[in-house]
Amino acid sequence: MYELGFSALLLIIGVIFGTRAQRKHIEQLDRREAALSYLVVTNLKTIPDGLGQPLLVTGSVVIAFDYFRRFIASIIMLVGGNISMYEVMLDRARREALVRLLEQADAAGAREVHNVRFEFSRVGSSAQQAGVGGGAELFAYGTAVR
Amino acid sequence: MILSNTETIPGSEITRHIGLVQGNTVRAKHVGRDLMAGLKNIVGGELRGYTELLEDARKEATARMIEAAQIRGANAIVNVRFSTSAITNGASELYVYGTAVVIA
Repeated sequence: MYELGFSALLLIIGVIFGTRAQRKHIEQLDRREAALSYLVVTNLKTIPDGLGQPLLVTGSVVIAFDYFRRFIASIIMLVGGNISMYEVMLDRARREALVRLLEQADAAGAREVHNVRFEFSRVGSSAQQAGVGGGAELFAYGTAVR
Repeated sequence: MILSNTETIPGSEITRHIGLVQGNTVRAKHVGRDLMAGLKNIVGGELRGYTELLEDARKEATARMIEAAQIRGANAIVNVRFSTSAITNGASELYVYGTAVVIA
């Protein structure tokens, strides 16, 4: 009974703070992306000629798989289907990593970023095994040119 | 040292290919960071401690790769690729590799 109450409390905290943080984060991302929209971003392997010296730029973010989402996901996994909560979460993280990369390019005075690649990796698998979640890193890298 | 993850460097010509250079580092997180991550796992969001840790580690791996390229007389590294793998619980390997070249 006591444990059930504790779980419910964690869920409620997760719902309230998690959704609020998510909304704020998406608004913030929209703003930052708009400010950087002048940059040309591609994943083309070769850079067009006539541009300046290239610079390797990176951006990364580690996100947590939180209690509330894991709880809902575990229920969805019983019946299968889209886990849209994770979709939104990963999308947010990937956008954040890309925005950080673009901010680095912007700070270096670049106009274009080419050959952008994304990497995904799990971190904190011990936490995952202990049933407290762990996280994942979204990493983006590319070549910025003036 | 010019780094790029493209196959060529715009505006310069590759005069000599030296070969594959690489750098790696294996990092474990420390307990304090793990504790904070545990708290974050309740509400979700970014695990900033981990982000910094991985970023530092990746910089170190890159520095090792650059060092290897310098020893072999390169002045640029092209086609740089990153990869990350979890080797054991709580430790990750960050690996970066590329082709060392001489450009003119």
